[in-house]
Amino acid sequence: MKSLIKCGVKLVDSPTNKESRHSWSLKQKLFFGLTPGQYFGQALRNPFNWILGIIFAIGLPLIAYRYLFGLGVVTHASNDYPWGLFLGFGLFAMVPLSASGFMLGTTVEIFGRHDFEPIERLALLNGLLGYFFAVVYLLVDLGQPWRLPYPMVVSFGPAAVLFLVAWHVATYLSVQVAEVSVAFFEWIGWLGGNRFVRRIAIGLTIAGIILSTLHQGALGALFNYAPGKVHPLWYSASFQWIHFFCSSIPAGLCMVIAVSTIVKKTMSWRCDRNFLDNLDRCTLGLAKGASLALITYLAIKLIGVAHDNEWGYLATGWGAWFMAEIGFGVILPIILFAYAIHHRKVGLARLGAFITVFGIVLNRLNTALITFNWQLYQEIPHVFEVLITITVFAIYIVVYRFILYRLPILYVWKEQPQEALAAEAVKTNTITTAPSPAGALYRRID
Amino acid sequence: MSGISRRRFLAASVAGCAATTLAGTKKALASGSFSGYPEGMGVLVDLTRCVGCRSCEAACNKEQQLPAPELPFDDKSVFDQTFHDGKQLRRPDENAYTVVNRYQPASSDQPVYRKVQCNHCSEPACLTSCFVNAYTKTKEGAVIYNSKVCVGCRNCMIACPFHIPGYSYSSAFDPVVKKCIFCHETRLKNGLPPACVEICPQEALTFGKRKELLKIGNNRIQTHPGRYVNRIYGEKELGGTSWMYLSPVPFSEVGFDPNPGNDPIINQVKDFLGTVPMVLAIWPAMFAGFHLLAKKHDGHEGHDQTADKTPGDEGDEQ
Repeated sequence: MKSLIKCGVKLVDSPTNKESRHSWSLKQKLFFGLTPGQYFGQALRNPFNWILGIIFAIGLPLIAYRYLFGLGVVTHASNDYPWGLFLGFGLFAMVPLSASGFMLGTTVEIFGRHDFEPIERLALLNGLLGYFFAVVYLLVDLGQPWRLPYPMVVSFGPAAVLFLVAWHVATYLSVQVAEVSVAFFEWIGWLGGNRFVRRIAIGLTIAGIILSTLHQGALGALFNYAPGKVHPLWYSASFQWIHFFCSSIPAGLCMVIAVSTIVKKTMSWRCDRNFLDNLDRCTLGLAKGASLALITYLAIKLIGVAHDNEWGYLATGWGAWFMAEIGFGVILPIILFAYAIHHRKVGLARLGAFITVFGIVLNRLNTALITFNWQLYQEIPHVFEVLITITVFAIYIVVYRFILYRLPILYVWKEQPQEALAAEAVKTNTITTAPSPAGALYRRID
Repeated sequence: MSGISRRRFLAASVAGCAATTLAGTKKALASGSFSGYPEGMGVLVDLTRCVGCRSCEAACNKEQQLPAPELPFDDKSVFDQTFHDGKQLRRPDENAYTVVNRYQPASSDQPVYRKVQCNHCSEPACLTSCFVNAYTKTKEGAVIYNSKVCVGCRNCMIACPFHIPGYSYSSAFDPVVKKCIFCHETRLKNGLPPACVEICPQEALTFGKRKELLKIGNNRIQTHPGRYVNRIYGEKELGGTSWMYLSPVPFSEVGFDPNPGNDPIINQVKDFLGTVPMVLAIWPAMFAGFHLLAKKHDGHEGHDQTADKTPGDEGDEQ
């Protein structure tokens, strides 16, 4: 991509082509300004696409196999571990990592911290896609996925926690679609839709906070149904939902740091200066928030142990594993963040964020799978189950990248009046290093 | 986006809250406790009488039209089967709604046989965890299941404290939960005992009204001192069950969880369900309040760009 831009390829970042002054066609927008030849050329040159190709070559047939022959052929069909990796990772880990949408929405819209705006859209998109793919994992796992809307339209079990999760995830997905649609409306050029969503932005954001509080918590409360099955150190009769909700906050914030780090490394050509110049500052800001949430989480985890008087378990093998999870996944990032924030070392904060993401995923896997049925036996997921989980995650990455390449998430959509546009076209053609928004792209890559 | 007028702000908040409330009002209504239908039926399983003949398994298989087993029902070698490195004995699954397991208790020379099936809780965990209400506790005492609405989330299997429901994972297009239904359709609702009880040659299984069974159980414990431990498992455990057990040895030695607690599983979840309407009611005003408070301080450092803030705008918000 970098070499293409050096050769003078114009990326789509505004409604009109600055040189020809014609509006970009949808096809041009889909290729984000490249010719089809250039587009497929860069896609084939990217080694990551080859890795994805291998994953899909193995995983997509497996997914078809699962739908044609049932869950039994790709999992151990366990009656003791009815929830395997699809939900243990796909639902219980993806959802907290997607708390970013409501966290940044709250920061920017409710608290008016517009200095976080450069990263807000990435956080919203991260939230939307995380939830969407949690539902995709659910569709892989459900025995009869075509009945997914049943709790909404056919038969109601209103006293069940899962009913609440289903309704809230469905509602929140719609809220997130509305929030992210701003970027889509800009890109497609429908300003009316844009204005409407902006008008209800506060309402959407508050709805997002309510729904997130409840269903992040509800995912924890689901394990309250299994008091004798989840190991006591990962189970808290009174605080399970607060543990899950509280840990979703650093999870979401750190996922944004992690994704923005990957984006900066792999697709900086798609980011504008507004994003790149503000990223380090935003990262440290998010790290501050994450460290506060992590400290709170550590405190309430210990309160959970104290409340149920589970200190004795700490001396067992499970206790060592519990302390390893807390030590590596919570305490280590707290120390890294503290040092990083104090000395303004952004790289260290990013490392802390990756570790936090890992720590939260480990916590969810521990609760749902590893310590589940601790008195019975340990379930090791079927190899096909692992491969399908990886494949769905690869689809998630592809969709994520597809959107980031095109929609104004990492860059600001330029809505210039025609005259200014003409003037700018002249300027960028003559002096490519001029500090105009378009020139900025060239400078950064040079 | 921050230059929003109060009216617009309120309208948007109301719209947002309405959307959330619509989603939220239907839940969190679980309250009170339920100790079973007064005329509900049950079965008392007397482990001192069971000889491990497995005729109940055969009768169940026939009554429920389940597939033929790998080993015939008179094959006693199944008692030696263990799974997962010897950590588990046989359990009910899609092909068998009941199984008999053999235990060698530490406190006895004789082996003890235990029949495992759905215990038909008074307040079943499976029922309360189901988000499409597929389960029903009938007035006769059975916990039955409607496969027509089941989505296959398998939360009931997570929730069941007795590890009872099995899932027909092998079916691609119509997988359903499979568990003992107390022969509800074919027998119980006509007042007949389930097939396993009827066939039992040892009268190890006693069918009757649950409250009568408790009297019978207590009577056996009192009239045969030393034969039983002084406990009817299922009388109070997990809110009470319709199937109950008498045992000659401590229940922990024959595969029971000795301390499951007397609260039904739903009680573990009520705290959370109770917070739901509170969050729905309090959060909108709280965060709208935060928003209004934050807007008055919009000028402090750290803002590289603030949107159209004018004195008039500020006045509008007050």
